[in-house]
Amino acid sequence: MPVGHKRTLSRWLLLGEWQAHKVQAATAIISIALGVALGYAIHLINAAAFNEFSAAARSLSGQSDLQVRSAQSTFDESIYPLLARHKGVELANPVLEIDAALPGGDEERKRAPLKILGLDIFRASVMAPDLIGIPAEDKLFDILADDAIFLSPAAMEWLEVKQGDLLQLRVGTQPITLRVAGGLARVRAGQRLAVMDVGAAQWRFQRLGQLSRIELKLVRGVDRSAFKTELGQELAARGHFLISETADQEVRVANMSRAYRVNLNMLAMVALFTGAFLVFSTQALSVVRRRHQFALLRVLGFTRSQLLRQILVEGSVLGATGSIAGLMLGYLTAAVALHYFGGDLGGGFFPGIKPSVNFDTSAAMVFFILGLGVTLLGSAVPAWEAANTRPAPALKAGSEDVALAKLARPWPALLCLALGGVLTRLPPIFDLPLFGYLAVALLLIGGIALMPRVSALIFSAISVAASRHGSAATPVLALARLANAPNQASVALGGVLASFTLIVAMAIMVNSFRVSVDDWLKHVLPADLYVRTAVSGDTRGLTPDEKNGIAAVPGILRADFFRSSQLMLDAGRPAVALIARPIDITDPGNTLPLTSDVVPAAQLPMEAIPIWVSEAMVDLYGFTPGKRITLPIAVPAPDFVVAGVWRDYGRQFGAIQMRLKDYQALSGDLKVNDAALWLEAGITPEEVIASLRLFPFGQALEFAEPGQIRALSLNIFDRSFAVTYLLEAVAIIIGLLGVASSFSAQALARRKEFGALRHIGVTQRQILGMLAVEGALLTSLGIMLGFGLGWCISLILVFIVNPQSFHWTMQLALPWKALIAVAIALLLSAALTAVASGRHSVSGSAIRAVREDW
Amino acid sequence: MPFYTHRPMHIGFLRHAGGTAVMGIPLRSRLIALLLGLLVACFAATPPVAASPPTFPHVRQGVPLAFPRDYGAHPGFRTEWWYVTGWLETRDKKPLGFQITFFRSATDHDPSNPSRFAPRQLIIAHAALSDPAAGKLLHDQKSAREGFGLAYAKQGDTDVKLDDWNILRQEDGRYQTSITADNFVVRFSLTPTQPPMLQGDNGFSRKGPHAVQASYYYSEPHLRVAGTVFHNGEEKAVTGTAWLDHEWSSEYLDPDADGWDWVGANLDDGSALMAFQIRGKDGTKVWAYAGLRDANGRFTKFAPEQVNFEPQRTWRSPRTDATYPVGIRIHVGSTVWSLSPLYDDQELDSRQTTGAVYWEGAVTITRDGNPAGRGYFEMTGYVKPLRL
Repeated sequence: MPVGHKRTLSRWLLLGEWQAHKVQAATAIISIALGVALGYAIHLINAAAFNEFSAAARSLSGQSDLQVRSAQSTFDESIYPLLARHKGVELANPVLEIDAALPGGDEERKRAPLKILGLDIFRASVMAPDLIGIPAEDKLFDILADDAIFLSPAAMEWLEVKQGDLLQLRVGTQPITLRVAGGLARVRAGQRLAVMDVGAAQWRFQRLGQLSRIELKLVRGVDRSAFKTELGQELAARGHFLISETADQEVRVANMSRAYRVNLNMLAMVALFTGAFLVFSTQALSVVRRRHQFALLRVLGFTRSQLLRQILVEGSVLGATGSIAGLMLGYLTAAVALHYFGGDLGGGFFPGIKPSVNFDTSAAMVFFILGLGVTLLGSAVPAWEAANTRPAPALKAGSEDVALAKLARPWPALLCLALGGVLTRLPPIFDLPLFGYLAVALLLIGGIALMPRVSALIFSAISVAASRHGSAATPVLALARLANAPNQASVALGGVLASFTLIVAMAIMVNSFRVSVDDWLKHVLPADLYVRTAVSGDTRGLTPDEKNGIAAVPGILRADFFRSSQLMLDAGRPAVALIARPIDITDPGNTLPLTSDVVPAAQLPMEAIPIWVSEAMVDLYGFTPGKRITLPIAVPAPDFVVAGVWRDYGRQFGAIQMRLKDYQALSGDLKVNDAALWLEAGITPEEVIASLRLFPFGQALEFAEPGQIRALSLNIFDRSFAVTYLLEAVAIIIGLLGVASSFSAQALARRKEFGALRHIGVTQRQILGMLAVEGALLTSLGIMLGFGLGWCISLILVFIVNPQSFHWTMQLALPWKALIAVAIALLLSAALTAVASGRHSVSGSAIRAVREDW
Repeated sequence: MPFYTHRPMHIGFLRHAGGTAVMGIPLRSRLIALLLGLLVACFAATPPVAASPPTFPHVRQGVPLAFPRDYGAHPGFRTEWWYVTGWLETRDKKPLGFQITFFRSATDHDPSNPSRFAPRQLIIAHAALSDPAAGKLLHDQKSAREGFGLAYAKQGDTDVKLDDWNILRQEDGRYQTSITADNFVVRFSLTPTQPPMLQGDNGFSRKGPHAVQASYYYSEPHLRVAGTVFHNGEEKAVTGTAWLDHEWSSEYLDPDADGWDWVGANLDDGSALMAFQIRGKDGTKVWAYAGLRDANGRFTKFAPEQVNFEPQRTWRSPRTDATYPVGIRIHVGSTVWSLSPLYDDQELDSRQTTGAVYWEGAVTITRDGNPAGRGYFEMTGYVKPLRL
């Protein structure tokens, strides 16, 4: 055959195939597109949010080479002149960073504090000129004024103030009023930031003598790391200081959200994987359906490699189209999501920034290649099979199932499953549960690959049992078909299995998490009423007098006071929370949601002070029970012993609890932030709130009942899992598309079979019934196996992926109702899809259908 | 309009504002005036909320200066400066000019703020080197709030420091100054050869038509300079003669004042001449003064009407378009003094950083046509604001 003719022929074959099976081609394209779109969108959103967040963080530290900070949020300013005069230091820029609470306002405003930088303009103008306030032309000295504050445009918009307005803020229980003296020279769009004079900030916010960090610019030519080491040794005598480079700060930002971002990316990969599986099933069935066509082509002179190429070209056209559509869809999705939901996808990691989506060409290439690659991979096995088939047998009818028999070999599948099992035993890499994810992928692949065997086994068993009991004709026919052509059945099953497995796994994981969080909230919120001075922000708390005043209010049976602060133990990690509260050392489980990792009180060394750490502290800092450690809350750093581990779903970067009296004795800090109140019987929270409001500082207090806190927490939880729900929906859609495509492909391929059945007296109605039963049986099997596989994967997610990424453990809880509802919906839609796609092929003339078999 | 009405100077941050402050000109206070003006202006415009601003005393006639106390800082007054200018000679007989200035300025920040960072006093410094070989000024400036021993102006004797810039008067009267600028480093010791020269009426120096427009002002002419200048990668030993001004005040300038011209000259016969005029917006003289002390210590003071500045030759700055009368004749009584610059382009243009623009340069001086000595000449207020 001349080359030109061949080209025409192959184009013609391609177009002919797609024209006849538009649905199948479209399904494959859509599933690839969805997978690519999801992956690319998540990547774009994460990259945009992360870049914007680190750029914003970087802009706060200007062009400094090193930053000196302490473990606690502030430190004594006495090291400032020391650093400023230090050999090798060209400029030292002192910074007092305050998260100021905003009084009143709606929920959204209350939750987020205003970040205020107290700067020495003369130093900062060199180090970070972008952060300089711009006063009105006739009030230049506002820049040093003790009542002036400069706000970024985003902060002005957020707080609804403009230049010249007064701004109310709060320090502990005290209100303070500052004058909005102007804007900032240049901050990132969306960055909420305020700047004021460092001296004024120390005074107004009651931080006399305190700084948050000192940024250093080194003399040109000074070796940064050598200087860092040297300075670290010098400062060691003066307290616990951390010297970090700007890069460390980026690592910290990256660490903060990394687990979350990787998890999302993994979910996107799973979606793409499901898409790839659908391509495989479409292509496999298409190849099987066209065995005669291909055999004929071979007879006409097509070589094997030409045939192979033909099928691979078909696959790559599908893959390329799907990938390009996916990239466009992904970009659009990212832009819309960033516009409406911000950069953190509900995860809460990137507050107060306004990232914009940026078409990432290299990532687009990666996702394109990934999309195309999985399609080619999906086409390769069927293509290879078609090319290697001997034309003569293939021209005969009934050889379709043989073609897929190669897929039924169980060993690779079992190997996958076994390897997956082994991988679950491995530890995380770079704090990420990479082996866990790999295990999930292997279980999925192995499970699906094992499907033909399992379905053949099960259906033959049922078929034998059914015929023994002399069942009705339709189910027997359906069972016989499923038992004897297991490979085609399993391809259809694969789509159902893959999607249902994912749904089950995700649903169990999210439900377990939610139930655990709910139980945990009940445990950690035992009191009747909670009082806080500031929901967030590190502004000062209640003085001892105010505290005693609250405790003495009639109707209060018991009042526990809390002091919480931030402790930075490692410059490359986010700060951990330090919570001091009354804890009964003989029964800490009464106050803390302890895990089983507890050192009994009797075995605690007498001289060491006990602390209880969250699970993250064990993973991240190695604070195992019984271990002696030091914490930089006083100079010299006192000795502690880890007395137990508690569960904390609130802070994935770690938290430490200690007794309030120990904390106060060590640190001399007598203020408290929060209180838990137990009320006398018959007293309502409203009555107590009313009497507390009568205090002079009453307006600064915020009250919450455990129910409200719980509702709010679960609301936040649901929001942060919103993306997961979206992914589940996509998985369901892809799964149903798979059912539709497999059944319509099969129904068309089985026209001859249906024609023969019509000839032996089976009615059209009975054939449709048979298809519905086939669909339902297949889907039920898919659902059952999917449930088993999904349950196994959920175990990996709950007991490996979650503890390794977020450092918390949870109990397993199955959402039966939701799962059954999804299963029934899937079953019904699969049966309906099977009937709908069968109707077309059954409707034709029986004689013509049989005649197709030459 | 004077440069400072266009752009404030000194304090780096102020450049962002580009504001207009129309307050006066300190007499020779040069730049600081501007700062001062700003302080006054902003203070008048916005009484701070719930803050009690500091009050600054007036300069009064008849208060005798007392040394060494008055060598030191007077933080109660709004502003103060130590200003050293001089001619140097390298070993190979090449001339250089230099200017080192330390300003102290009290702010309106609430004095009850106990923070050690409270910006009650600002320290600002300028340094410039005139090298005819370079053809333009090398200059640098710094500013900081007083505190933490990093920046201060001490009372009792001259001791001013701003990071690694400082000037210190030792007990023997000798000054040590060290400046580590961006592009040059100087270390000088300045040895007095004459007693301080009290300007005006025993140190009370009027600046304008109103009695409160005045400062306390003394000069130390004929300081013998020895030290090193490091720039362009080489260190040069230098010797020379300098002039130090120390002045403090709370209020000076007449609202009509628009700029000033000032000269301080060490004459070869051991006498010292200081003269200034304050110009009004129309370019006319608002106030003027001259003081001449001969080698024997006899001091002659000249009233405003006896002192007239008469431009002879102008130079136009290619950077700022300002036209400076770099050659000038000054009639003081019956004597005519004539100034010629070491070179024309001694304009200090730091608009890109601090916003200050003025001409401050080494000059030679003749008396009635005969070479008489060398000094420093300063001209401010010649740059028109670039308002579009």
